[in-house]
Amino acid sequence: MPNGITLDKKGHLKSRTAMSDTMLLLTITVVVFFVMYFSAVLFLGGGFAKTQNFLNILNNNASLIVLSVGMSIVMITGGIDISVGGVTCLVCMVSAVNLEQHGGNLLTVVLISLGIGLAFGVVQGFLVAYLEIQPFIVSLAGMFFAKGMTTIVSKEPVRVTNEAFLAVKDTRIYVPGLGSYNKLGEYIPAYVEVGVVVALLVVVVLFCVLRWTKLGRNFYAVGGNNQSANMLGINVKRTKFMAHLLCSMLAGLGGLLYFLHVGSGDVANAAGDEMNAIASSIIGGTLLTGGVGNVVGTLFGVLSLNTIKRIVSSLGFDEAWWSNITVAAMLCLFLVVQSIVLLRKNKKK
Amino acid sequence: MPVIVKEPKEQVKKPQESFWKRMTRHQLFIPLAALALLVLFNLIADPSFFAVSIKQNSLGNPVLSGNIISVLDNASELVLLAIGMTLVTASSGGQDISVGATMAIAGSVILRMVCGGQVSADSPCMPILLAVLIGIFVSMAFGAFNGALVAYFKIQPMVATLIMFTAGRSIAAWINNNELPIMNDVSFKYAGTFLPGIPVPTPIFITIFMVIVFWALLKFTNLGLYTQAVGINANSSHLNGLNPQMIKLLTYMILGACVAVAGFIRVSRSGSINYSRIAENIEMDAILAVALGGNSLSGGKFNIYGSIIGAYVIQFLTTTLYKYEVPSTALPAYKAVVVIILVVLSAPVVREKLSHMKRTAGKTVKEAT
Repeated sequence: MPNGITLDKKGHLKSRTAMSDTMLLLTITVVVFFVMYFSAVLFLGGGFAKTQNFLNILNNNASLIVLSVGMSIVMITGGIDISVGGVTCLVCMVSAVNLEQHGGNLLTVVLISLGIGLAFGVVQGFLVAYLEIQPFIVSLAGMFFAKGMTTIVSKEPVRVTNEAFLAVKDTRIYVPGLGSYNKLGEYIPAYVEVGVVVALLVVVVLFCVLRWTKLGRNFYAVGGNNQSANMLGINVKRTKFMAHLLCSMLAGLGGLLYFLHVGSGDVANAAGDEMNAIASSIIGGTLLTGGVGNVVGTLFGVLSLNTIKRIVSSLGFDEAWWSNITVAAMLCLFLVVQSIVLLRKNKKK
Repeated sequence: MPVIVKEPKEQVKKPQESFWKRMTRHQLFIPLAALALLVLFNLIADPSFFAVSIKQNSLGNPVLSGNIISVLDNASELVLLAIGMTLVTASSGGQDISVGATMAIAGSVILRMVCGGQVSADSPCMPILLAVLIGIFVSMAFGAFNGALVAYFKIQPMVATLIMFTAGRSIAAWINNNELPIMNDVSFKYAGTFLPGIPVPTPIFITIFMVIVFWALLKFTNLGLYTQAVGINANSSHLNGLNPQMIKLLTYMILGACVAVAGFIRVSRSGSINYSRIAENIEMDAILAVALGGNSLSGGKFNIYGSIIGAYVIQFLTTTLYKYEVPSTALPAYKAVVVIILVVLSAPVVREKLSHMKRTAGKTVKEAT
């Protein structure tokens, strides 16, 4: 019996090592998040106790959730994509220019964002999967291309005044039972934006895809071990291509959600979001070496990252640079933890 | 990486190959050809590109000016980074993407030391050379941090350096309390502009000096050999008695020193610093220089002279694009296209396909005759 495969009483396969790794890292993330949030409520009180504040983390980061989920999928196959922030920025700018200067409507904006995602996905996926170029180099070039193109489209920030768009942007979906009472005793219902619903839907759909479809299982197999996946008859190249395609499409969708949240096109949009997405995925338990990861973990990764940012700023470190340093420190901590876990496991073998 | 196994037949054939074929196979062919192409383009489009004239600078010294001088001058930082990046690439099979951010840190440290923590200083608080040495020390410490993550924790280089890429500029701002110190003393600007009485920009001399240092380092020590051995196969180099982790760490620290000197040149040009803009996107150019120099981005054998020529080619390209009034913010898009073309051409899969196509084409021709 190979190491790591266990059978239950009836002789069915019970679990594999890779999956238990996923569960372990997922558990760590969820525990870290809850400990952090509840200690923030206990020691810092006030803002953290209000449900609306928690929902605002979701409202502000709907696009980041989608980007991070896409990033997780690429990372599960053993690749990486740092062009997502650039694609988000480009989508915002092109959509804004389309709405304002070319008389676009909501449908064209959706088509534009998915189209840009598709274009980036096809090119990057082809270069990575079929020409076997390092994904980092390809997506680095993709990032610079997207950022350069953004400034070519427009250097000036473009504010959107389209009414149909603003109506969707300002739609608030009230969550029953989570509201709070203000000082006058009036009930203020808690709300989320449209983007959050879309983002959570994406998480659920991709969770099912990764768990129960052939494509999803192939992602794990390819990331776990390229060659044995090949020997099992999995089309490795196509799987990698699909992962990059999916990631860039999600980056396009993330761009749309970002656009819905901020309502303008700006060169500075989504600056550094590729780093936030990678950090969220890693904190969420996705291994850089591939084969291990979970989109639910990634969701908690995004929440943890933004909770700690909020904690740091409410502790009085509210200068702009602390946020970046916090992200980097979190990233460093989790990378080192992962690396130690991996090294110890390899030694046992 | 698929390993291309050369058939023994080809090796026997080698001496009979034409001069042209041997030349195109040489590592320095691609960068030199790219340089020749750019020169040719500029010669045809506008020969005045190459004009060099003597002008008076603000201090009243006669100095050389012209596009060629500006290429040689502005490429200095990039050349230094390319040298360090080549070593890092060769030893660890990945690139350091935090060089721009670390340049900001080094520049910030040097300015803080020279200004003594004041916002604006008219004379240096300590010898400039000492400040530069402290900058180099700090930068090497950050290099060691990156190197330790790569060598001892076995994290992919680009992801390990992502940490400093994210935090570096913020740390640089933190060092000076987010103020922008300005050094007004003329002697601080010697390194980035002109020495009195010498019409050639000082960065060119610094670059030549550093290139000679690295030439000597590679010639008289085993650094080059060890780096290649570790890059080709870390395990077998370990079996041969090398310490691969130590050598990887060392290359990252050497890159740190190069970055500090480059950062010094950059802050010395203006006597001030802008944390978010200084050396923006330079990591892309440095990686591009290494790739353009014909070095494999997945480690192993390297040639620093290729990278140096590559750096000049990139600066040449940048200056040419500026001359045709491409806005600086749009430059990355053009460069990204160049990068993609380069990596596609140098990808092993594509090369194999191309040579296969050539061979089959040759066969059909032979059969027809």
